[in-house]
Amino acid sequence: MKSLKSLGFAAALAAMTLGGAASAQAPAATPATTSPTATATTPDSGQAPATATAKDSAAPAAAASGGATATAAPAASKIPEFNKPVPGIGQPTDAISLQPQFTDIGLFAQRFDTALIYIITAICLIVLGLLGWVIVRYNRRANPTPSRTSHNTVIEIVWTVAPVLILLCIAVPSIKLLARQYSTPKADLTVKVIGHQWYWSYQYPDNGDFEVVSNILTDAQDKAKGEPRQLGVDARMVVPVNSVIKIITTSDDVIHSFAVPAFWTKMDAVPGRLNETWFKVNKTGLYYGQCSELCGARHGYMPIAVDVVTREQFAQWVAANGGTMPGAAKPASSDATANSPISNPTATTANPEPGAGASTTATENTTAAATPASQGATTN
Amino acid sequence: MTDTTANAHFFDHGGDAHGHHHDADHKPGFFARWFMSTNHKDIGTLYLIFAITAGIIGGAISGLMRAELMEPGIQYLPTWAHMWGQPAGNDAALHLWNVLITAHGLIMVFFMVMPAMIGGFGNWFVPIMIGAPDMAFPRMNNISFWLIIPAFLLLLGSTFVPGGTGDGAGTGWTVYAPLSTSGSAGPAVDMAILSLHLAGASSILGAVNFITTIFNMRAPGMTLHKMPLFAWSVLVTAFLLLLALPVLAAAITMLLTDRNFGTTFFDASGGGDPILYQHLFWFFGHPEVYIMILPGFGMISHIIATFSKKPVFGYLGMAYAMVAIGVVGFVVWAHHMYTTGLDVNTKMYFTAATMVIAVPTGIKIFSWIATMWGGSIDFKVPMVWAIGFIFMFTVGGVTGVVLSNGGIDNYYQDTYYVVAHFHYVLSLGAVFSLFAGFYYWFPKMSGRMYSELLGHLHFWGFFIGVNVLFFPMHFLGRQGMPRRYPDYPDAFGYWNHIATIGYMIMAGSMAIFFINVFYTLFAGKKAPANPWGEGATTLEWTLPSPPPYHQFETLPVIEGGDHH
Repeated sequence: MKSLKSLGFAAALAAMTLGGAASAQAPAATPATTSPTATATTPDSGQAPATATAKDSAAPAAAASGGATATAAPAASKIPEFNKPVPGIGQPTDAISLQPQFTDIGLFAQRFDTALIYIITAICLIVLGLLGWVIVRYNRRANPTPSRTSHNTVIEIVWTVAPVLILLCIAVPSIKLLARQYSTPKADLTVKVIGHQWYWSYQYPDNGDFEVVSNILTDAQDKAKGEPRQLGVDARMVVPVNSVIKIITTSDDVIHSFAVPAFWTKMDAVPGRLNETWFKVNKTGLYYGQCSELCGARHGYMPIAVDVVTREQFAQWVAANGGTMPGAAKPASSDATANSPISNPTATTANPEPGAGASTTATENTTAAATPASQGATTN
Repeated sequence: MTDTTANAHFFDHGGDAHGHHHDADHKPGFFARWFMSTNHKDIGTLYLIFAITAGIIGGAISGLMRAELMEPGIQYLPTWAHMWGQPAGNDAALHLWNVLITAHGLIMVFFMVMPAMIGGFGNWFVPIMIGAPDMAFPRMNNISFWLIIPAFLLLLGSTFVPGGTGDGAGTGWTVYAPLSTSGSAGPAVDMAILSLHLAGASSILGAVNFITTIFNMRAPGMTLHKMPLFAWSVLVTAFLLLLALPVLAAAITMLLTDRNFGTTFFDASGGGDPILYQHLFWFFGHPEVYIMILPGFGMISHIIATFSKKPVFGYLGMAYAMVAIGVVGFVVWAHHMYTTGLDVNTKMYFTAATMVIAVPTGIKIFSWIATMWGGSIDFKVPMVWAIGFIFMFTVGGVTGVVLSNGGIDNYYQDTYYVVAHFHYVLSLGAVFSLFAGFYYWFPKMSGRMYSELLGHLHFWGFFIGVNVLFFPMHFLGRQGMPRRYPDYPDAFGYWNHIATIGYMIMAGSMAIFFINVFYTLFAGKKAPANPWGEGATTLEWTLPSPPPYHQFETLPVIEGGDHH
């Protein structure tokens, strides 16, 4: 299955997809990976083989996308990549801190997390200090005669009320953070993120509904491209900087989780559900994430790479994928309107807020029609 | 209560195959004693032996995982998969990884901590502490134990049959659908589910037994408010088991029918919902973590009081803090599901409710310290484990407060920060309390004293080892390393390497533990009835070491006044 999909992908994007045929392996595992039949018994082997009509990938039955973009036109052109990986930015280091944050939500949450670190460190030190004190002061030699004290109402009330007050101080910013995370601003761009065993695909309903299929690179390819091992992908998710990106996650098979630590973003991709989240990245760059819900054998081999670019670069990238920018002339072909990107008719939205919830539905409906007006102008 | 004792006498007289003396220490023959046992102490011993065996297997599995994770890249998995008879292929090797994480979790939770705490120490000491001759339903006690053996064999056996991309159940201990349904072809997951069913039935029967025993068989004068805290902790735990395990049984039964009989409880294409499974699982799963720690709370209270030579500080507060933890533990489950697409109000509620648990937990921590305050502390081996427990559990507890924040959890969910958190409360919390309880009661159970020196060496080796093992996982999680990964970006290599060194230190200390156990059994000095002195006030210390086969043929009478 994997090989079929990858072959289809390679046909469409020859220059890009040499790595698509096999997931990244450590050298020791390499012999095992060369067999194209290695995955023949995987649960997804019953899926429809890749077809030339990539649009079918949006239908639930044809879970395995051919990997080709929505329009076949750019098959020969190279899809551009913009940002290079920068150590310490959007990727892990061996530091003990959080990854640097590049969204307002992330910066807010990071400050909150720092405050929490101070609080919990203080609590641990208090407990450690008290333990140290009783060990030194009340050991057998220092205090041969034990007291018989077993009650002290005042101190019991104090150590009940004090934690309550500390927790209240934590709860206020915590609730505030949650409220911010759930108050989605008007989206500039909607990207539908679909988890598969074991790769991600990204659909751009605002831009002609093309789809990008993103597979992990092999170690050798990572090395050649200068990408961190285990994180590089053959086709990145590309979004414009300083724009509100609405992410709709779902899955083809089992539960996956779309996670980008540098954006403070994590949302499970659940088959049959549409989950919504959002981020607005402040700085161009390349940001990595990894699947964060156990999804089978290659759970560790479906990284996420988000290339955050200028709006001009984004338009260039969309064009290279055969998509259109909202407001531009519609593509002549009718295929942009022929298929709904909604992956599953039983999908439910998880967003509770009436406004946001309604807008999810509206987004799906409008983007299904691929009207340029959906979600407003993307690149302004 | 007196009836039970009379019955014991009746059977003694009737058993003509055995001697005709009917003293309290008369024991049946080997087979009848260990395979048909109805004696709570023997069943407790069986549970402890079982838990140690399972712990060795579960611990060895974590050793395999730490070996693989010591360096970036895949080192050993293909070799191990080959040795396991798996077909060549990368996915089979990676599937083996998932089998290892699944087996480690299930074994440690269901076959190590629970049997040791509740089946082992609970069986041994709850009847003695409340002045009862035995458990209320001795034969049900027997079946509780003998259900867990086939449960364990089913789980081990599942690793030999297909489970999707390779042999064995690779679903994680949470067995999330649809990975565990449409995502795992073959009988391995069915066997794992049946294993959980049997283990759950075993625990439910045990819970019924403990509740009945504690409510009905306390010695005259022992009101609930005079009952030792370990009995309190087991009582609360038994209620948690009784209420939570049926929900797990329902959830995994639905998994079975989804897998085999075409139902679609957790399949959206048939109108079901994968998230429903997570709600059901965590409605069980969160009380489960308190099931694993509450008996430890009880043991720690006794140990702290004994070696401080003081009564437990704030006895009633301690007892009702455990009740509060048990009750609140049932209404916080969805904090395990913050990234599944919960709505904002739900997340706010579960954030607030989860934080509430910190209050009774804080009461317990401070009460333990207050128990030591003013005491005359004797740093015997159980006491150093108990002090280690208090600090390590605090560290695990405060990271729990961090994780309780639904907004923060967007970052930490499913990272090594979570792994660090729950290993601090379990591997350094529950396991420390298990060792504390073991060293506290081993002289009572075996009738022999262990080596204090080896006990202290074990403590320090284990303490340093697990901290070197688990503390760096906080850093890995803060840098975003996801759980359940056999390979990782090279940047995570440094702390993973250190963590594996910590595992080696810990494993070395376990060698000392086993040497000490064998030394005690074969060459330990005879233990007196009460080796711990004036601070040890509960009833087990009034009996000889080891206690007679049938204790309290004349029920002890608890005097009025403040027992604690």
